[in-house]
Order: sequence, then C-alpha cells, then structure tokens
Amino acid sequence: MENQDVQQPVPAAPPGGPLRQPPASALAPFLPVLELRSRVLQAIRGWFVEHGFVEVETPVRLAAPALELHVDAEPAGDHFLRTSPELHMKRLLAAGAQRIFQLGPCFRRGERGRLHNPEYTMLEWYRANATYADILLDTKLLILAVARAVKGTTDLTYQGRPLLLAPVWERLTVAQAFLEYAGWDPVQRYDAARFDFDMVDKVEPKLPREVPVILTDYPAAAAALSRRKPGQPEVAERWELYLAGVEIANAYSELTDPVEQRARFADHARQRAAAGKPVYPLDEEFLADLAHLPPAGGIALGVDRLVMILADLATLSDLLPFRE
Amino acid sequence: MYSASDLRKGLKIEMDGVPYDIVEYEFYRPGKGQAMYKCRIRNLLNGNVTDKTFREVDSIGQPDLEEREMQFSYNDGEHFVFIENRTYEQIMVGAEVVGEQKHFLAEDMTVKVLFHNGRPITIALPSYVEKRIVVTEPGARGDTATNVTKMAKLDTGFEVGVPLFINEGDTIRIDTRTGKYSERVAKK
Repeated sequence: MENQDVQQPVPAAPPGGPLRQPPASALAPFLPVLELRSRVLQAIRGWFVEHGFVEVETPVRLAAPALELHVDAEPAGDHFLRTSPELHMKRLLAAGAQRIFQLGPCFRRGERGRLHNPEYTMLEWYRANATYADILLDTKLLILAVARAVKGTTDLTYQGRPLLLAPVWERLTVAQAFLEYAGWDPVQRYDAARFDFDMVDKVEPKLPREVPVILTDYPAAAAALSRRKPGQPEVAERWELYLAGVEIANAYSELTDPVEQRARFADHARQRAAAGKPVYPLDEEFLADLAHLPPAGGIALGVDRLVMILADLATLSDLLPFRE
Repeated sequence: MYSASDLRKGLKIEMDGVPYDIVEYEFYRPGKGQAMYKCRIRNLLNGNVTDKTFREVDSIGQPDLEEREMQFSYNDGEHFVFIENRTYEQIMVGAEVVGEQKHFLAEDMTVKVLFHNGRPITIALPSYVEKRIVVTEPGARGDTATNVTKMAKLDTGFEVGVPLFINEGDTIRIDTRTGKYSERVAKK
C-alpha cells in the first residue's frame, strides 16, 4: 500500500504540457477487438489482391434495392440504403470484370439481435466464368489465410468449444440436413413457412460446431438469386457457410437468365405487396445488363460475424462499440 | 393482438388462454428466409418456462392483465383475503396462488396482485420482509461468521437458515424471492 501522507515528488511536466490520461470510457474495452478487426480486414484485402481480384466500390444509396422476399431496405430520402452491393457488382461482371471484391457497409431494416445489426460490414466477391464450387474453394483458402494471419492457427476455440478450420469442411445438402434433423425433405415438397421455421428451430441448432459446415443445394423455391442446378432443376446452386453454428456466408452460381430473374422479382413483389411490405422499383439497368452476364459465382460474407467468431465473442454487442 | 415485431423482453402475451411473460427474446433471420423471434416464455399461472419461436406473420394474443396494490387482511384457512384500501373492495385469493409466500405475509402488508381476466393469478410481495425468530438454538456470542448457519423458525412456521449469532426474539430481514436470510435488523 502506498502511504498517502508522504509527499511524492511531482514529476516535471513533459514539453508541450502535462500528459493527458484518456478518460474512463465505455469504449475502451472495444479497442483490442477493433485492432483484431483491423487485422482481419487487412488479411482479407491481402488475400484478394494476391489472388488477382480488383477491389471495387459501388453505390450505398440505391434507387432500386434488390427485391428480395424477406430483406427490408432502410429508406434514405428518395433512395434506399443498400442491403447488398450484389446488383451493381453483377453489372461490372456483365461489363467484363473477371474477379472483383468489395468490403463495405450494408443495411437491413429492423434486424437487431445477437447475430444481427441494422448496419453491418459485408464482404462480397464475384468470379466470371465460375460456379459456386469455385467460390467454395476461394472461401476455404480465404478463411484459413485470415485465421492464420490474425490468430496464428486454424485451430480455434469458440465459446469454450473447439472449432477446427482445417482440414475438413463438412458438406451437407439441405435435403440431407432436413431429413436428418427435421424429418422431411423440402426439395421433394417445399413448404415456405415450415422451411424457415424448421431451419431455425431444428436444423441450425443441430449442425456440427467443431468444423465448418457447408449447407448446400437449396430447394429451387429458396434459390434467391442463384441458378438452378444443371441436370437437377429441383435444387438451386446455393450454399451457406456455418462456423460454430453461426451462418457466415451465402454463395451462388449466379442466376444469369434475365427472364427468370424478372419473374422472380415479380413474384417477390407480389408476395411483398400481399404481406403489406414495401415493394421496391425494379432495377431495369441491372435486368438489361444481366443478358450479358457470363456464368459467374458470387458470395456475400458477414464480416462482423466472422470477427465475432475469431475474437471468441458471444454477441455482436461485444464487437460493435457504437451499437445503439 | 400483438404482431411479432412488438415482441420484447418483459412483454406479456397470451396463447390458448394462458398468459405468459417473455423472459428472453432474440431476433433472428436465417439466410434469405423470414424473420423469426425466438423467445423463452414463462407461464404466469404455474411459472413453467418454455421456448417458443414466432414468425413474422404470426399474430399474438394480448392478455387482459391488471395489477393492483392491495393490503393483506387475513387467512381464513382456505383463502387469503386482500383489501384495496381506497375502495374497500375485498378479494379472496386461493392458497395455490399464494404458495410459499404465505410465510412472509403479514397483516396490512401491501402486495401487488396480478389479475388475468379479472381473476387473481399471482401476488408479489415486497422484496424484503422483517420477521421475528420464535425458535432457534441459543446464539454463540461474538461469533459473527455468516457462512455457518443454523435453523430458525418464524412465527409462521417457516424455517430459515440464519447465522449462529441470531437469538430467539431477534428480528431478521428475509428476501421473499429466495426465502433466504438477509440481515439482522433488531436484537431481542
């Protein structure tokens, strides 16, 4: 114990005035996480540059956000904040870009929870003349490179349980997973309400947590913006990556057929209107460019969730210092 | 009716005529799928806790609940009688609703009575009550350790673990939520 009564010599003030102590702040505990996050972002950029990708930036304010059934855009004046940079990035592919990636903010209205924030950082990348299988290889190499760069290992621990990023990634088709954990096959007979419900209540909680899991080949009705599988049109070439049971990324062999794309948008518009949800205008420039899109693979990866896993944090609240 | 987006921790809802209170709440939307609201809910009638996931399209019952402050009057053996001081309205609450809290009730104590469809379903006592010890072994003078306890009996017959220095006739404070000793407030 220091004796309070003894006079301590007062240190001379350094040149330029007394040293300033940072004030006690609720932000201070976030500084190590921000440092880790910074290294993740650098590792991601490094990997893409090394693999011949061009970093692009596309508009954040959109007149016509993608018309998806369950994704709601945040209005911004007479525009909307983007829910994804997908449509603009595909237009760059249609213009001849070969390998492009983008890191930036996306917004989804009303999404707030342990794994959701209305504003978040998305990583998207696209390859021309590729499929979702090529994107899966990219994803494996990227995730391993990022883990090695920031953790020095691919053997992680998340919330007290091991998460081994190498060597095996477990691959399950949606049909296999549903038959195993929910007792029915949504590819044979799709039931939209039951599909999402059982995915959340029965399938996701049972997915293996010790290794990365690829849930692949979604029912065609849940294709979103992916193409149907050649020779097996009842499923779509779409996969999702789960790390420790947390959904991290969503990949497609991109739908390049403007007629089918327009029909899907129209179907979503009709269903959104029936549910009393806002219906966004069609992005006609995107639909026109889609005719020139080569076969392509693409993916959207939630950077906040990836950092959350790497930092072994239980919730996005422990990750985002300025969360409302 | 509530819509799923109204759900939040602490909201009281009704399903199949039973009122519940939401103890945990989590928004979740899978992939490109619809929003889900994963809740842990507590049955207000029996206290049982279960998990329930609501979809965005679900509409959820709003229970008719009313909370009133009332004073405990007396126990006629079968029922506990409470009076609202302002209106002198008198209600009878069944022993199954009062449960173990009967040991901490005292005449004129103000409690919060929760009514569902006009029927009392729970009573909430003050968090702490003061009670006199009627039976316990003699105290060990000077022993102020609080981690060693002995049994003591209240005038209501309730048994509670107390530190060794407590004597018969002492008044102690008890946490009504746990039924545990909190501190001594008066020596005999």
